[in-house]
Amino acid sequence: MSLTRRDFLKSSAAASAAAAMGMAVPSDVQAAAQSAEANWRWDKAACRFCGTGCGIMMATKDGKIVAVKGDPAAPVNRGLNCIKGYFNAKIMYGADRLTQPLLRVDAKGNFDKNGKFAPVSWKRAFDEMELNIKKALKSGGPEAVGVFASGQYTVMEGYAAQKMMKGGFRSNAFDPNARHCMASAVVGFYQTFGIDEPSGCYDDIELTDTIVSWGSNMAEMHPILWSRVTDRKLSDPERVKVISIQTYRHRTSDLADIEIIFSPNTDLALWNYIAREIVYNNPESIDWDFVKKHIVFAASPVNMGYGMRRSDEKSIKEGKYTALEMEIISKEMSKVVSAKEAPALKPYGYKEGDVMVNKNAGLAHWEISFDEYKKFLEPYTLDYVAEISKGNPDEDINEFKKKLQTLADLYIEKDRKVVSFWTMGMNQHTRGTWVNTLSYNVHFLLNKQAKPGSGAFSLTGQPSACGTAREVGTFCHRLPADMMVANPAHRKIVENKWMVPEGTINAVGTQDIMRIHRDIEDGLIKFAWVNVCNPYQDTASATHWIKAAREMDNFIVTSDGYPGISAKVSDLILPSAMIYEKWGAYGNAERRTQHWRQQVLPVGDAMSDTWQWIELSKRFTVKDVWGSYAPSGPRKDELPSVIEAAKALGYTENTTMYEILFANKVAKSYKLDQKDPVQKGYDNSEGFGDKRNVVGSDGKVFKGYGFFVQKYLFEEYAAFGRGHGHDLAPFDVYHKVRGLKWPVVDGKETQWRFNVQYDPYAAKAVKEAGTDNSHAFYGTLAKELPYGDLMGIQKKEKTGLKNKAKIFARPYMDPPEMPDTAFPVWLCTGRVLEHWHSGTMTMRVPELYRAVPEALCYMHPEDAKTYDVKQGELCWVESRRGKVKARVETRGRNRPSRGLVFVPWFDEKVFINKVCLDATCPQSGQTDYKKCAVKIYKA
Amino acid sequence: MKTQAMSERRKFILTMARAAGLAAMGGLVWSAYLDEATASSLLLRPPGAIKEEDFLATCIKCGLCVEACPYDTLVLAKPGDNKPLGTPFFIPREMPCYMCPDIPCVPVCPTGALNQASVTTDGKLDINIADMGVAVVDSKNCIAFWGIQCDACYRACPLLGQAITIEYSKNERTGKHAFMKPVVDSDFCTGCGLCEKACVTEKASIFILPREVALGRAGDYYIKGWDKEDEKRLENATSKTTTTELSKEKAVDSLNSNEDLY
Repeated sequence: MSLTRRDFLKSSAAASAAAAMGMAVPSDVQAAAQSAEANWRWDKAACRFCGTGCGIMMATKDGKIVAVKGDPAAPVNRGLNCIKGYFNAKIMYGADRLTQPLLRVDAKGNFDKNGKFAPVSWKRAFDEMELNIKKALKSGGPEAVGVFASGQYTVMEGYAAQKMMKGGFRSNAFDPNARHCMASAVVGFYQTFGIDEPSGCYDDIELTDTIVSWGSNMAEMHPILWSRVTDRKLSDPERVKVISIQTYRHRTSDLADIEIIFSPNTDLALWNYIAREIVYNNPESIDWDFVKKHIVFAASPVNMGYGMRRSDEKSIKEGKYTALEMEIISKEMSKVVSAKEAPALKPYGYKEGDVMVNKNAGLAHWEISFDEYKKFLEPYTLDYVAEISKGNPDEDINEFKKKLQTLADLYIEKDRKVVSFWTMGMNQHTRGTWVNTLSYNVHFLLNKQAKPGSGAFSLTGQPSACGTAREVGTFCHRLPADMMVANPAHRKIVENKWMVPEGTINAVGTQDIMRIHRDIEDGLIKFAWVNVCNPYQDTASATHWIKAAREMDNFIVTSDGYPGISAKVSDLILPSAMIYEKWGAYGNAERRTQHWRQQVLPVGDAMSDTWQWIELSKRFTVKDVWGSYAPSGPRKDELPSVIEAAKALGYTENTTMYEILFANKVAKSYKLDQKDPVQKGYDNSEGFGDKRNVVGSDGKVFKGYGFFVQKYLFEEYAAFGRGHGHDLAPFDVYHKVRGLKWPVVDGKETQWRFNVQYDPYAAKAVKEAGTDNSHAFYGTLAKELPYGDLMGIQKKEKTGLKNKAKIFARPYMDPPEMPDTAFPVWLCTGRVLEHWHSGTMTMRVPELYRAVPEALCYMHPEDAKTYDVKQGELCWVESRRGKVKARVETRGRNRPSRGLVFVPWFDEKVFINKVCLDATCPQSGQTDYKKCAVKIYKA
Repeated sequence: MKTQAMSERRKFILTMARAAGLAAMGGLVWSAYLDEATASSLLLRPPGAIKEEDFLATCIKCGLCVEACPYDTLVLAKPGDNKPLGTPFFIPREMPCYMCPDIPCVPVCPTGALNQASVTTDGKLDINIADMGVAVVDSKNCIAFWGIQCDACYRACPLLGQAITIEYSKNERTGKHAFMKPVVDSDFCTGCGLCEKACVTEKASIFILPREVALGRAGDYYIKGWDKEDEKRLENATSKTTTTELSKEKAVDSLNSNEDLY
C-alpha cells in the first residue's frame, strides 16, 4: 500500500493529537496511522471459519499475513474470537501448501490414472481439463460434468462457477458441501416461508428470555454466539432460562438450566409434544388472531423413503453393495412400521407391522384444516413421547417427563420470549426438512416468530453457506436470489442477465451432491471438479465414492490449498489461492454480507478459484457447449441446441464462454483504478496479474483481465436480488462498513424479516393487501396449494396463500438404521471447537494440532466395560459399511449416555465417514451423519 | 501420540539413563548428582510418587515405571538433563500423563517410591486421586482472560468440571459477550498436564508445578465456619507457643526493663 507523504503527515498528526486528548480514533484512520509508522498494514476481513461471521483485522508485513485481531467494530464479535479465529494468521502458511498443478503421470509424462503426481504447468492442467470435459460432454452430455461446490466459496467465485456450469456447460450437476450442512433448513424455509434464510438475527440473543438449543453444541461450534448467550444468562440468571436438548451430553449443557437427552430422531416427537401441549392442554395460549391472518395448515406424504439408492439404480443392480449394506438400503423401497413409530403413524392409517411402500414424494404438500392438524397431534401425549424419546437409559422416566413438561411450559408461558437455535442435529436428519418445519409450528401457534427476542433460528455451519451457496444458488436446483432452474420464468431472467440465449439453462436440476457421487459410481459423470471442499472425506459411505473415483473411467480434479483426501483421490490437483489471497465476500447466518480485499499474493503459483473458472471458460466456444444433447441421466428430453439463438445474439460458433460470460461489455465497465479508495494500494491478482509472474493457462505470463472482475461478478449477481427482498448494498459500501444484514433497503439493514415494524418489504406487502396485519410472509415459493387431509389431496384446485406461512403435520418416524443385536450402538459424528471440518487448515496450525491431535471415540464408561475396551486404548468402530480404529475416551468434553458413541470427523486418520450411512432427508437431500448403528470392540 | 511398542529410540535412552543412574549410585558422578538434586524441586514425578526427599532416597532408578508407561510420558533423567540422574519424571508440554485407569507405572515399582496405597480407593487403583502436581493459570497470558473463546484446557481435562471449571463473567467492554475463564481446583487436579499440552498459547499459559511449589498452606488454626468438610483439618491442629519480636523475652524480663517509658 502506498501512502502519500501528505497522507502520512495528516494521519500521524491526527493520531498523536487524539492520543494526547485520550479520545478514540476511528479505526480506519487508526489503521492508516499504524501502517505509516510501522511496516505493517491492518485491514478488515471476515473469519475463515464458521457461519457466525466474526469480523477480524489482518496485519500484513512484507507480503505475508503476520497477525490477526478481532475487529472491535464488528457487531457480531466486538473484537473477540474463538481459538480457530485466533489462528487465522497461520492457516495459509502450512509447510505442505500446494504451490503448483500436479497431474498423475506415467514415466513418459503422459496422464495415467494409476501414475504418481508430478508437477505440470497451468497450461497442461487446463489442456487435460478441456480434453476430459469434452470427452464427458460427448459421453453423457452436460449431466456427465459435475462440480463439488462449496459453502466456503467467496460470493464471487461461487457466482463465476455457477455461470460457467449453468450458462456455459448447461450442467446442473453442481452442488455444494452446504447440501450436507444446511439443505434441510433451506427446504424448511421454502416450505414454511416461501423464501430462504432466518427471519431473526443475533440481536435476538440479547433480547430473549429463553434460549433453547436443539441438537446443537453451540458452545463448541458457535463459540462467540455462545458467549453472547452466556452473557444474556449472566445478566438475569433468574429470568433467563437455557435449555439444552441433545442426544448426548456436551459443553452446551454446562450453562443449561435443563438438559434433555433424547433418543436419536425423536426430536420430531418432542416438537409435536410441545405443539400438542399448546393445542390440547393450553388452547388459550394460541394467538388465534395471528394464526388466522398469517397461517395455513399443511400435510405431505410420509412414505417418502430415506434418500438412499433405489433398487433400479445401476450400481445396485451391478451388485456394488454388499448384502449387509442392502439390509438397510432395502428400506428405501419398503419398510415395516415399528412399534415405536406406529402410534405416530396411526392418523395416516398405518399400524405396527404394516409394510410401508416408499415412493419419491418430492416436495409436494397440501393444505389441511386445523381439525386435521389437531387429529395428527393427538398421539403425542407425554407418556408416548417420554417413552420413545428418553435418551439416557439410566434416567428416571418421571424425572424426564418433568423436564418435557417444563420445556413445554417455558415455550407456552405468556410474555416469555423464546429463541430456538439448532444446527446439524436437526439438519443432518432423514426427516430434516420435517423437523425444521416443526420448529416453526410451535413458534407460530404462540405468535413467537419473527419478533425481537423470539423465533426459531437456524444457525449456519459454514462461513458462506448463506452468502454463497444459498444466496448465489450454487445448488443443482437453484439460481441466484431464490430462483429455480425448474421455473421457466426464472431461467429467462437469468439467461437475459447473463446474455446467453433463452433455453440455454438446463431445466432438470436434480444432481445434488450425493447424486453426483452416485452418478460417478454409476458411470454417468465422467468429469468432476472439487472446489473449496473435501467431498472424499466429508461424504458418508466414503469407500464407495473413493473406489469409484480411483477405479472407474473418469477424471477427478481437486482445487485446494492443501493435500487432503480429495486431492489424494484426484487425477489432477490445482493449487488454489486461499481466503486472504483474493478479494472476497461471505454471508453469515444472520444475513450479514461481509467483504474483504486481497491482503497478500497467493503462495507459489496458486491462483483463485475465480481465475481457474475464467481460464477454463476460455477453452470452450459456443459450438463446443451449446449444441443439442440427447436425453441423459435424470433428463428425459433432448436439450435443444441454442447455437442459432446465440448467433442471433451476435455471437459466432467460435465465440468463447470467456467473452460471453466473463469478459463482456458490462464486465469491462468495472475499471481497475488505483485512485479508487476501495482498490488503492491493494493487489488484484486476477485484475492485474502480479509480481510472481505466474505462467498462465496459455503458457504465457498472466497479466490480468484488465477490469475489476470481482466487483463485476458481485454487482451482476446482486442485481438479481435487488427489489425482490434480497437487496444487497453496492460493492463499495461493504468496504466501508462491518457487514450489513439484507435486505438492505434505502441504505438500512433489516433485523427482523416479515415483521411490518422492521421489514420494509413486509410493510409494503401489508399496505398493498390493505390489511393491518403484523406480519407478511411474502416469500413466493409454494404459495398455492391444493386441499386435502392427512391421507392426501381431496381437491386439486389450488388456493393462493399470499403473505401466509405454513404449519405442517409431520409425524415421528424411525431412521432407516437403528441399533440392533448385531450393531448395538448409535454412532453420532460432529466437530470439535479446535478443528474446522476436515481439518485441512486447522490440523496444520501447530497449536490446534497439539491441542487436539486426533479424533477420539467418546463413550460411556459402562459401555467401555461392556465392549471390553479401555480408556486411552484403541477400539474398532464398525458398521455395515466399514470400520475405523479410534482411541476410547470415557471422560472429558463429551459424555454420551449408554448406547451412543460420538466420533468427530475432522481427522483423516480416523476416517469415520467410511462407517456412516449415506441416507438423506428425501426432501432436502442432506445426509444424516448423526445416526447409524455400529458395534465397538477391542482393536 | 501413544506408541504400541516401545520405540527403539526410547529403549536406547532408557538404557543409557539407567546406566547413568547406576553410575551415579556408585558415586562416579557424585558431584553431578548433587547439583542436579538441587533442581529436583521443580520435577514432576509419576503418579503415587512419595515426597521428593524420600523419593530420591527410595527410587533405585530401575526404569520399570518408564517401561510400563504405555505412552512416552515417563522418561529417566540422563546426564545433562540437570535432574537427579536415572529418576523418572515427565514434561507435560511434551507428553502429559494420560491418567490410565489401571495406572500401569505404579504397581511395578519394586521399592515403594511409587506408593500404590496413595493411588488406591477402596482397594481399587484410582488415578483420579493422584497428585503429580497442580495446574497454575497465568491469567495475563491466558487468552480466555482476554475474552477469547478458548477453554482448550478445560475441554482437555479428564476431570473437566471438577479439576478445571469455567468461571463466567460479563465482558463489559463488548457489552454482549461473556468471559469464560478456566479455574483450577487443586482438590481435584492430579497434575496430569493434559491442559498444559492442549494450551494454544506459544508457551503454555496453564502449566503444572509440583504441589509443594505451587500451593500455599493456610494453617490449621482457623477452620472455615461455613464448610463442614473443613473440620477435618482439626485432626492436624496442635497448639504451639508463638514467638514474635515483641514476645521473645520472658514476661518478667520485659516488665523489669525500664527503658524510655517516659
